[in-house]
Amino acid sequence: MPLDVKDGLKVWQRRDRNSQLAIWAVQFAAVAIFVYCWQLISDKTIWMFVTDAPRQAADMASRMMPPKWDYLSTLWIPVWDTIAIATLGTLMAIVMAFPIAFLAARNTTPSKTFIRPIALFIIVSSRSINSLLWALMLVTVIGPGVFAGVLAIGFRSIGFCAKLLYEAIEEIDETQVEAITATGANGPQILNYGIVPQILPAFAGISVFRWDINIRESTVLGLVGAGGIGLQLNASINTVTWTQVSVILLVILGTVIVSEWVSAKVRHAII
Amino acid sequence: MSHPTDSLTGRRWKRPPFIASPLLRWGLAVGAAIYLAVAFGTMEVNWSRVADGLPRAQRFLASFFPPDFTSRAEDIFDGILESLWMTVISTVVGIAISIPVGLGAARNLAPRPVYLFSRAVLAVSRTFPEIILALFAVKLFGFGPFAGFLALSIGTIGFYGKLLAEDIEDMDPVQAEAVKATGSSWFQWLNYAVQPQVMPRMIGLGMYRFDINFRESAVVGIVGGGGIGATLLTSFDRYEFDSSAAILLIIIGIVMVVEYSSGYIRRWVQ
Amino acid sequence: MLRLDTLVKQYKTGDLALKGIDLEIPDGQVMALIGPSGAGKSTLIRCVNRLVEPTSGKVSLNDMELTTLSQGRLRKARRRMGMIFQEYALVERLTVMENVLSGRLGYVSFWRSYFRKFPQSDIDEAFRLLARVGLDHMADKRADELSGGQRQRVGICRALIQDPELLLVDEPTASLDPKTSRQIMRLIRELCAERKLSAIINIHDVLLAQMFAERIVGLQLGEIVYDGPPDGLTPDVLTQIYGEEDWEATIETVDEEELEDDLVGEETAAGSD
Repeated sequence: MPLDVKDGLKVWQRRDRNSQLAIWAVQFAAVAIFVYCWQLISDKTIWMFVTDAPRQAADMASRMMPPKWDYLSTLWIPVWDTIAIATLGTLMAIVMAFPIAFLAARNTTPSKTFIRPIALFIIVSSRSINSLLWALMLVTVIGPGVFAGVLAIGFRSIGFCAKLLYEAIEEIDETQVEAITATGANGPQILNYGIVPQILPAFAGISVFRWDINIRESTVLGLVGAGGIGLQLNASINTVTWTQVSVILLVILGTVIVSEWVSAKVRHAII
Repeated sequence: MSHPTDSLTGRRWKRPPFIASPLLRWGLAVGAAIYLAVAFGTMEVNWSRVADGLPRAQRFLASFFPPDFTSRAEDIFDGILESLWMTVISTVVGIAISIPVGLGAARNLAPRPVYLFSRAVLAVSRTFPEIILALFAVKLFGFGPFAGFLALSIGTIGFYGKLLAEDIEDMDPVQAEAVKATGSSWFQWLNYAVQPQVMPRMIGLGMYRFDINFRESAVVGIVGGGGIGATLLTSFDRYEFDSSAAILLIIIGIVMVVEYSSGYIRRWVQ
Repeated sequence: MLRLDTLVKQYKTGDLALKGIDLEIPDGQVMALIGPSGAGKSTLIRCVNRLVEPTSGKVSLNDMELTTLSQGRLRKARRRMGMIFQEYALVERLTVMENVLSGRLGYVSFWRSYFRKFPQSDIDEAFRLLARVGLDHMADKRADELSGGQRQRVGICRALIQDPELLLVDEPTASLDPKTSRQIMRLIRELCAERKLSAIINIHDVLLAQMFAERIVGLQLGEIVYDGPPDGLTPDVLTQIYGEEDWEATIETVDEEELEDDLVGEETAAGSD
């Protein structure tokens, strides 16, 4: 606890002078960066549009009402596709993430110098690229459709699942592994008896959690042509049929809420 | 403890199944199998189109060796910078707004009406993916980074506010009570009892959200919300895969840097 | 017979955990290894089955040198050494039966173990062992549902189903209450006698060591400072092992009467585990 002597009295201070100065410098720099960034964005903004926005919003809202409920009947197949994209994509991701996580975890990787960095690079690349960007690439390469969506969700989720899973593997209780090793078990047996039972709950939890996120993400893949309800959203916005847009938004809202509820229930049941 | 152990010989053992009820177990298994079969069945894969795409995929992969950073250097540089500002501003603004919302959404802190209102705000801002928010922001505010900033900020409120509220609800009530017992005002109480408990984790989550916002800022451009996304989309449309590869590698690089430094900052904070 | 020849272990951090240990344990002998924390007890028994690789020196079990074995042959050799752990080290999310059967992993193929299709003879033996320790009705319980004493019994079954020649026991009572501790120690002692096993028992509780071991080895800073019968543990010896303290009270409590009597007094003091 830094103490300062002032007029012969000890004065308690939270920090000593140097660290206080350092903190002020950091705060000043943060404010400066913020102001600078704001300046740049503001330069690129036509403020007239922004001030006009509330009126625009009211206008848009009024044109969305009332929702065109008959349109709902054509949405079931897109909703089914959306869920299928999320489910199959998640499935693909967890199948591939499982081995990658073992290669990436410090305590199970066969080689810390060669294989681990490769596994980590796969994880970070998969995670860095948004599923919409994956979809964009895949649509360019294999053409539009649900399949591109499944692959996009899958590629994006591999990194997410593998990262959480390898962190779980690194946190296992090593004495349980030691005990299995001491019985004379071989490598795969140690994995099967000592490590997998310990990470299985985490694995299941991660999968369901990612499935929930994927439902949300697969609703927009259609914007770039990769299937799902986003296709209808894009089409309705382009044809300015706002009454359909409002129906689609409500359907997305409903799907997301239901999937969140399901995932919470399932995770609760597992853990 | 001497049991007649020989009577145990020949007793069978099978691992107990994960789900005890056979009806439920088989029901779930069959249901899952049917669902998967139908889901696969309804997924129309145009294999000839996929086959057509293979050479393109090959060209795309080949363009990573080496990627072309130079021919679109200016566009890429501008786009990345714009993405970075958008990330900074939207993270700061989003977190600033989510603090009062998050406090309001903590059951142990806020009165009932405030709680319900804050929870509703969080639910709405969390449900829609950033890209849909950006789509509407572009319609309302015109093309450009402002729309992207707005979309990312709203996304940040939903994410950060919810986690903040949950963290406050999980805090140790004993410490909170102890500070209250000193006769502190509400704000003093927040500052001394709540803040120290939630701060380290919230700083970590703030860094994490920064990371998410950067990744999202790369896609809001697809619908006109500014940032690197527009540049990337153009490069795809023109089949300039070596430029796309360069952009993707830059994104990966920045995410790695952000992740590494956020890990460092988190350790430094704790 | 287990023999250690000038066994040395130096960790990467530079800590010299064992400074040339020479030790011989004849068949059927139950030996207690005592000493303060950090004396190298855990390292010593882990060097025997090479969960910790010794830096130099030799370990041989019935004239088979363990220190030079290849990984494959080491696994075969590990089947002959059962190990019992401090915090039980059961795989908590597996059932009791799976935990016991995991002791047979060195004998069955990967696929058999993966599908839990162990030979019926192994299953018979597992039930017999569980009955012997009084847990046969718990076979399908998950390990994390058991109490500490029950878990340690499962740990003992897992070690014994390996059909070992030697038991390596690492602080078996460290997380148990006094009554359960004695029951577990007695069980280990009895099982060693039944099966003519030799055992090395790491234990920090001097009293328990005296009660249940035929031979005591005192370890201090990686060196053997005492090797002899339980009643040779005088205050001087204990001071040498552990440092200056009033040892009279510790030694006095050891008498035959207490061994016979099932420690009724402690039952109330200890509570349930």
